[in-house]
Amino acid sequence: MTASTDWATVRPPGTDPARGGRWWPWIGRLALPVVLALVLLALWLYVGSQELDSIEARSLTAETIGETAARHVALTAVSTVLVVALAVPLGILLTRPFTRRYRGLLLTVANIGQAVPTIGLLALLAVAFFFLGFWAAVVGLVAYAVLPVLRNTMVGLEGVDPAVLEAGKGMGLSGRQVLRRLELPLAVPVILAGIRTALVINVGTATLAAYINGGGLGTLIVAGFSTNRFLVSLTGAVLTAVLALLVDHLAGIAEDVLKPKGL
Amino acid sequence: MTETGPADRPMIRLEELTKTFPGQQRPAVDALTLDIPEGEIVILVGPSGCGKTTTMKMINRIIEPTSGRILLDGEDVTHADPDQLRRRIGYVIQQIGLFPHMTIAENIATVPKLLGWDAQRVAARVDELLTTVRMDPAEYRGRYPKELSGGQRQRVGVARALSADPDVMLMDEPFGAIDPITRDRLQNEFLRLQAQVRKTIVFVTHDIDEAIKMGDRIAILREGSEVVQYDTPETILTHPANDFVRDFIGSGASLKRLNLSRVRDIELSHWPTVPEGTSPEEALRVLRSAPGSAVLVLDAQGRPRRWVGATDLQRADGRRLDQIGMHPEAIVEPHATLSDALNELITARYSVATVVDGNGVYQGVVDIDRITEAIRTMRSDDQRTARRGLDEASDAAGSRWS
Repeated sequence: MTASTDWATVRPPGTDPARGGRWWPWIGRLALPVVLALVLLALWLYVGSQELDSIEARSLTAETIGETAARHVALTAVSTVLVVALAVPLGILLTRPFTRRYRGLLLTVANIGQAVPTIGLLALLAVAFFFLGFWAAVVGLVAYAVLPVLRNTMVGLEGVDPAVLEAGKGMGLSGRQVLRRLELPLAVPVILAGIRTALVINVGTATLAAYINGGGLGTLIVAGFSTNRFLVSLTGAVLTAVLALLVDHLAGIAEDVLKPKGL
Repeated sequence: MTETGPADRPMIRLEELTKTFPGQQRPAVDALTLDIPEGEIVILVGPSGCGKTTTMKMINRIIEPTSGRILLDGEDVTHADPDQLRRRIGYVIQQIGLFPHMTIAENIATVPKLLGWDAQRVAARVDELLTTVRMDPAEYRGRYPKELSGGQRQRVGVARALSADPDVMLMDEPFGAIDPITRDRLQNEFLRLQAQVRKTIVFVTHDIDEAIKMGDRIAILREGSEVVQYDTPETILTHPANDFVRDFIGSGASLKRLNLSRVRDIELSHWPTVPEGTSPEEALRVLRSAPGSAVLVLDAQGRPRRWVGATDLQRADGRRLDQIGMHPEAIVEPHATLSDALNELITARYSVATVVDGNGVYQGVVDIDRITEAIRTMRSDDQRTARRGLDEASDAAGSRWS
């Protein structure tokens, strides 16, 4: 991403980006997926070369792996969508002048969410409230990932050049128009960076959902450990790592594409 | 303090305007009453902390007054809807505040779009304004602010403030953050623009030289936005109301007055000129019969093309006049101040500033003699005024003794 930003600033004003310039970032963007594909290929070849016993064979069917991976993606996606739906409006609210008094309090609450280990929270939900499964896992993930998005939303909004806001206000934009046309678009890069962090956190933390029957790639890891099948754990771990890297990479591309032009 | 000529209708009237910020004992603006006549540039000038910016920002209610009234074109807007009010008032700030994620066209189009203009009218207005601030619409329309220089951004800032053709403009140190050379050029361009558009402008600065140059009227303020003197630049320079004003003007008041006279007010000197196609020999003959050390070559439209000196002509070797000598330099327009002209001619090779009209057509030159003459005239005017006071005093004394 840094590379593409530099391209934008360096090119002399008025010249259209050269053809090569437009495509160059995409070549860089393809490198990581290729590497990840090679890692998966290596894993597949390695697992294929091993003698599998019945437990391993049952855990490592294409169907099981596909299901757990899809479940993992679902956990990550649902929790991240909820985090964004919760944290961005909250961040907007907390940067309005009339909420200044509550800012400290709410940030403390959000901090607690991140300070408490997710595994503890999941255990608490399970033991104290008999709350298990997919949605219990989502609650844990959301609590953990709210803070980066909330904090980045606030930092992003507060970092908008006051002169831009004064000019907007002075031209007769209403408070809501200033927010929608100036503050939010200008805060987008910082907010997206927060969302990207939340996504990566969620991919990793979603492995814990396995402990409360929430599914996901963690199931493979946990099953491998409890049955002493190293190959199963390894598959789950590698798949999680590949997924995390891929999500981070895609989020990085989204940041580039969604960033307002002219910044 | 608030005198305005009877013919001037106040476009903006501030009545007993007061602002006390929360937690502060002394008001930042204390019962200010001021009339701002239509179509004039009124400068609010004063030391930092005198409340000039607060005063200006109360006019478009970026800062809400604690008490008092604001009348815009006779209408009380103290409690009007601030957003509607601001769309009628152009606003330019020092940091410009262009929207970085919008193109130049989108920046300028903001208010017209808010007012619901149709797309065609908006596009036409954007191009018109870019042309007005001397930027090529085709080239700049689609650019983003970061691709412009500081001076270009400020031009766009002015164009954006003019977009919906407001009657009133507020300008908060608009040229404060720009390098001196560009600032000078932008100031001149702005005066030229104002001569066409005739807006009512409230202009805040802490720079008395800028105030003298830009203002039709200057309000010199001190703490609490108290008006110490509200007058034309001429009167403020020649008759400062008190020591505060005198101190604020600082030394060199007579040099500053060169900012008040414009090139068009003085008689221009003549300079030997030849049309472009003239042969070097002919040019040499012209030069011999004239006092200067160079001839000015004019193109078919009468615009300065080259400066060609005697030595250039002697070494011409059959080259044409437009291939020897040097580019025209030190060019000023009739609305330039004598101070500008003096600046130019001091550094010019042939010690004259070339005057051209709006189309670039040669009019004459300003040399140092013309400037000294102008200073002498000002001084003799001053002396006459001073003598008059003296004579009246002695008359009075005489009548008492008799």
